[in-house]
Amino acid sequence: MILLEEILKKYPKEEEYLIEILLEYQTSKKNHHITSEDVSRISEYLGIPESQVCSVISFYTLLSTKPKGKYVIQVCQNIPCFVNDSQNIYDKIVELLGIHDGETTKDGLFTLELTECIGYCNQSPAIRINTDVYASLTPQKVEKIIDDLRGEKQ
Amino acid sequence: MIQQKLITKRFGKVNPTSLESYRNHDGYLGLEKALSMHPTKIIDEIETSKIRGRGGAGFPTHIKVRALSKQSGTKYIVCNADEGEPGNFKDRMIMENDPHAILEGMIILAYATGAEKGFIYIRGEYQNAIKLIKSTIKEAEDNHLLGKNILNKNFDFDIEVRSGAGSYVCGEEFALIESIEGKPGRSRVKPPFPTEKGIHELPTLINNVETFANFAHIILMGGDAFAQIGTASSTGTKLISLSGNVKNRGLYEVPFGTSIRDVIFKLGKGVKNNRPIKMVQLGGASGPLIPEYMLDMSIDFDRFENFDSKTGTGAIIVIDDRFDLFDVLLNNMHFFVGQSCGKCAPCREGHTQIVNLLMKFINHQATDKDLMSLENLANVIQQTSLCGLGQTSMTSIISSLRYFRDDYFMKVRY
Repeated sequence: MILLEEILKKYPKEEEYLIEILLEYQTSKKNHHITSEDVSRISEYLGIPESQVCSVISFYTLLSTKPKGKYVIQVCQNIPCFVNDSQNIYDKIVELLGIHDGETTKDGLFTLELTECIGYCNQSPAIRINTDVYASLTPQKVEKIIDDLRGEKQ
Repeated sequence: MIQQKLITKRFGKVNPTSLESYRNHDGYLGLEKALSMHPTKIIDEIETSKIRGRGGAGFPTHIKVRALSKQSGTKYIVCNADEGEPGNFKDRMIMENDPHAILEGMIILAYATGAEKGFIYIRGEYQNAIKLIKSTIKEAEDNHLLGKNILNKNFDFDIEVRSGAGSYVCGEEFALIESIEGKPGRSRVKPPFPTEKGIHELPTLINNVETFANFAHIILMGGDAFAQIGTASSTGTKLISLSGNVKNRGLYEVPFGTSIRDVIFKLGKGVKNNRPIKMVQLGGASGPLIPEYMLDMSIDFDRFENFDSKTGTGAIIVIDDRFDLFDVLLNNMHFFVGQSCGKCAPCREGHTQIVNLLMKFINHQATDKDLMSLENLANVIQQTSLCGLGQTSMTSIISSLRYFRDDYFMKVRY
């Protein structure tokens, strides 16, 4: 909770900062999610009902109450990526990690998600891993990226 | 020369993290000139320029600007950088390549309308742009371009960045306002319009990133000169996000009136492996699907309105003959099922039913009656949805029923 207090201190006690607080906190947490204790503390700080905090978390796709892996891999599935073989990229990740859309690897390292356009249609197929975008991908490049991330762990 | 560079003229030449570099490339000259003018005269220039919004709907900008200027008390200016429409990346490119141009446009508009506070609402996926815009604002504050007494004038204006959190519908203006207030992004009933009651019920003007980037040019060259670029109904240039199965995908800037074919074949160098084009989607997932024989159509707001399309975003997605119409439609409709905010029934329930109907066609189980149901339901969603999401999401279905009707007949069971 120390991390949350540090972040709360930076924001005025106004409900309009709810989304900013949630995003900053979740991004800085290792498993990228908001717990029920976090919800209580944030609602207390902003002076709004817990239900309001929950309604915001459940509305926005970047926010989650479910723990995720250290690396959240989001594969774009919209038309500009789709017509440039994004399915091959997704299939390669499934093959490498043994998980599907919405699942996390047992070691807690990777979560795989299908996502909507990430705005790199000029370099599709593209994926996002946490806050970084990887574009102009091939299955070979994806294998290298995942190997590199696994290496970082050791 | 098909391209005409106004918004992109500094791209690659200016250092996006340096105010000095921006100033060396005519940066903030538009603001300096604007501050020497009477605010009403600035709005007159915007009206003379005939500029229309670049975010999709193409609404005449001067009407909104004048409406805001007539309001009294606290008022807000918002830059809509929630670029979530699939196939678009132009706003990201402006933010990453020439961020001061957006601030300059916002400051000019704040001076013209008497707004004291601005927001830039950037989609949460654009982390690079968020960081860069935040540091650009800091640099502008340190150099008296934002804050109190801007450039020693009796004029104050601040800008704050707000991040989206993964919601396509927040590009819709009232959903965006709700999100800035820290709530789920669900639209409101209009009227009142944002320029009457927006953020915290106060007058609010919302423009797209590209629209803001145009203002300094309009002030510097004058509204008349700006109106000379493009066509009679659509003035200035348009940024085009070209993607899909083309050889040279990328961002191009062309005057309005340029044909779609020229963008694809002259700038994009044609289709990869020289395959035939099956269809082109204009604007993004909420735009029409058109066949190859319609590519000579020019990029122009009025031309697009002919098929109920709001194509001010300027995305062109080329799809070659390896892909089936229904692959594309199903992909688009899954997108809208996920992105509907759930507030109104036609959008919340309608998209799921459209997917069910499309699956019948894909599985060759559809009948003539299903074709009629699809057509009726698409029209109901388009005409009865509360906000722009449901009002435009059916464009690909409705346009394909017109231009690719044979593809449906091929799947119907007789």
